Amino acid sequence: MSVSVDNKFDLIVIGAGPGGYVAAIKAAQLGLKVACVEKYQPLGGTCLNVGCIPSKALLQSSEVYSFTKHQAQIHGITFKDLSFDLKKMMERKQQIISSFNQGIEGLFKKNKVVRIQGRASFISKDEIEITTLAGKQTYFAKNFILATGSKPTPLPFLPFDEKQVISSTGALSLTEVPKKMIVVGAGVIGVELGSVYSRLGSEVIFLEFLDRICPTLDEAASKGFQKILEKQGLKFHLKAKVVKGERSGSGVEIHAEIDGKIEKFFSDVALVAIGRKPYTEGLELEKIGVKQDAKGFVIVDSFFRTSNPSILAIGDIIDGPMLAHKAEEEGIAAAEYLAGHSAKVEYMMIPNVVYTTPEVAAVGLTEQQAKDLGIQIKTSMFPFKANSRARCMAEEEGFVKIVARSEDLRILGVHIVGPHAGELISEAVVAMQNKMSAKDLSSTFHAHPTLSEAIKESAMMIGSKAIHL
Amino acid sequence: MKVEIKVPAVGESVTEATVARIIKQNGSFVEKNEEILELETDKVNQVVTAPEKGVLSLLVTVDQKVKISEVIGSIEPASIPSKPQSAPAAVEVKKEEVKKEVSFVKEAIRIPTEQYLKEQKKEEPAKKMEAPLPCDKKAPCQTPSGKRVRMSGLRRTIAQKLVEVKNTTAMLTTFNEVDMSAVMKIRSDQKDQFEKKFGVKLGFLSFFVTACSSALKAFPEVNAYIEKDEIVYNDSHHIGIAVSTEKGLFVPVLRDCQSLSFAQIESEVMVFAKKAREGSIGIADLQGGTFTITNGGVFGSLLSTPILNPPQSAILGMHKIQERPVAVGGQVVIRPMMYLALSYDHRIIDGKEAVGFLVHIKECLENPSKLLLES
Repeated sequence: MSVSVDNKFDLIVIGAGPGGYVAAIKAAQLGLKVACVEKYQPLGGTCLNVGCIPSKALLQSSEVYSFTKHQAQIHGITFKDLSFDLKKMMERKQQIISSFNQGIEGLFKKNKVVRIQGRASFISKDEIEITTLAGKQTYFAKNFILATGSKPTPLPFLPFDEKQVISSTGALSLTEVPKKMIVVGAGVIGVELGSVYSRLGSEVIFLEFLDRICPTLDEAASKGFQKILEKQGLKFHLKAKVVKGERSGSGVEIHAEIDGKIEKFFSDVALVAIGRKPYTEGLELEKIGVKQDAKGFVIVDSFFRTSNPSILAIGDIIDGPMLAHKAEEEGIAAAEYLAGHSAKVEYMMIPNVVYTTPEVAAVGLTEQQAKDLGIQIKTSMFPFKANSRARCMAEEEGFVKIVARSEDLRILGVHIVGPHAGELISEAVVAMQNKMSAKDLSSTFHAHPTLSEAIKESAMMIGSKAIHL
Repeated sequence: MKVEIKVPAVGESVTEATVARIIKQNGSFVEKNEEILELETDKVNQVVTAPEKGVLSLLVTVDQKVKISEVIGSIEPASIPSKPQSAPAAVEVKKEEVKKEVSFVKEAIRIPTEQYLKEQKKEEPAKKMEAPLPCDKKAPCQTPSGKRVRMSGLRRTIAQKLVEVKNTTAMLTTFNEVDMSAVMKIRSDQKDQFEKKFGVKLGFLSFFVTACSSALKAFPEVNAYIEKDEIVYNDSHHIGIAVSTEKGLFVPVLRDCQSLSFAQIESEVMVFAKKAREGSIGIADLQGGTFTITNGGVFGSLLSTPILNPPQSAILGMHKIQERPVAVGGQVVIRPMMYLALSYDHRIIDGKEAVGFLVHIKECLENPSKLLLES
């Protein structure tokens, strides 16, 4: 039996993560004949399967438990025999993932994106071979978009076994809550997953190489955030260089150099969250002249073109923050480019959110970055303690910090630590994208009482003075 | 076969244009020579027309910068309009474009933070928040009102050039006055006959152009310009005539005025005036002038100091004809008088020549027979 396979396309996108699948759909909507290759059966990439979505599901579940246990009493609500079922939490998480997996498949069908399952490897610049369980098949396309994403980086001396030494992937499907957990790396992924298990009862200890947590955040945000997390019971060892690690019995032993002394840490589980590296294995990029830098990032020009210009690359495999929404915007822009439309991706406008309690969100320049760039700035900081809605919610921790250019009060950065910061930050992104000044923002209506008033008040502090402080 | 639409050459020094207005939308059916879009350059606005009849596909958007001879779209020939905005046609075109591998998108898509900040600085140093002026208790407080409008490319160029002239030349102005009676008499005597014969009205301009040409011949420095350490003398008298339109001032050039008859001058001026009103003056019409005449008189000006049109070295300002009492042969008489102004670049033209030039024009106009004898 022979089936004739349609194997010629205008565009083949390699990788069906948030960058790849969005690029494929967008290109199809723009009239191109598109296929999308994904080596895993479920679509959606790291974000949907082992990243943003499952971590948010677990963060929510663990937060409901933690809130009920610790905060509900503030509202006059008390429980006897409060308990949780980790298995059910994991099942709920999996259901969410599965429904989105199907959702993307549906979107592919609706937009006539042909889905190819298998591993892609280039034969020439317009030809790839897909290896599946059933065998090999060749496909042709005029253009390719590489969107193969990234993988967690292990410690060189302590590879992942996803049982005791786990990456973020393993942390999203533990079968029991470890008594003690060491988290190597207090970045966004580390503090989020560390929070999940801390809330569920683990003793969580962070070993961070740098002098502060989530180092991409504004220093004030980072420091304030750390204090809040410490109050929740998370322990941080900063300037701690992990030098050795080994499994010992049923646990893990980690040696870290702190203040020139080697300290030993024991735990049931060690979560290694020291970063992610671009994943291009098996693509055989060297065969088609697609160059990568020393760290493995695919080098692209200002149109996402690799050193082989008919092949584009987006998302985690190119430079810039490894964020789903960054990959998405790049995917859309790359598709627009291939369809002959102009597009813009302004990297300064990419918001970054940490989904802990409280959340932390930021966009634009930190105070230090602005100073390093030689920009004269004014900053403001308005605490949620002075925000009426936050008080009603009994979530008063945190603040809104604004960095604005002195000469015209143009907003260059907004940093929020506080309830629903991830939602609040969108207002800042819109304002910045539209080149608004702090004065513009402070003269914009904000409903009362809302958390967003904290942004307004912070903006007022730049131009003149806050009312409620 | 698809026919490409390219940015036409709009003049020697022009390498770039901006899409000012899109007249025919992407996917629409156009007739041959139908206007598709309007380009704005430093010097002039130029309309691009369809090279062929068919379905239009445009690759540019308003405000996009384009280079001369860049392909900005194409026409898929078709004899009858297909369904308006037909989707299949548009999709076809896109596929074609992708085949080429190299997209026509020219503006960078990825904007790193540093570049973003740099560009913001360059382009808009000030969306300044003006602090409201402190109220003076005596005077009513001024609330800032009104609007801001972005300068057009033409306006920006004008602004820049005018200041440049002031800064780089030694410009000054000399004045004289001319009794227009003789010219007016010839006009009233001859106008009907002239119009019947040549199909154009006999205006004042032909007298002035002819008088200027005669004076340029007598004072060749006025028709010359400086280029580095040399003075370049022009053989031909290409005289620019300033025409004011809604879009700004245009100065179309009458070529070889030294050999033009009154009728030729009048008919060319008429063509320019029509083109200027329609906005169809081409860049070729504006280039190569060696001297300029501007007429502030049409707006009622009695006296003004025109600004040079570089690299030219002189410009004549005509003004309003006004009846004034003047002394003629010991008697006060009423005469139709016009002040003349000659702004000149003192680096190349001495006072003696400048004054002589203006006196020469005055004499030609007061005794038109001189024109007959000297030109």
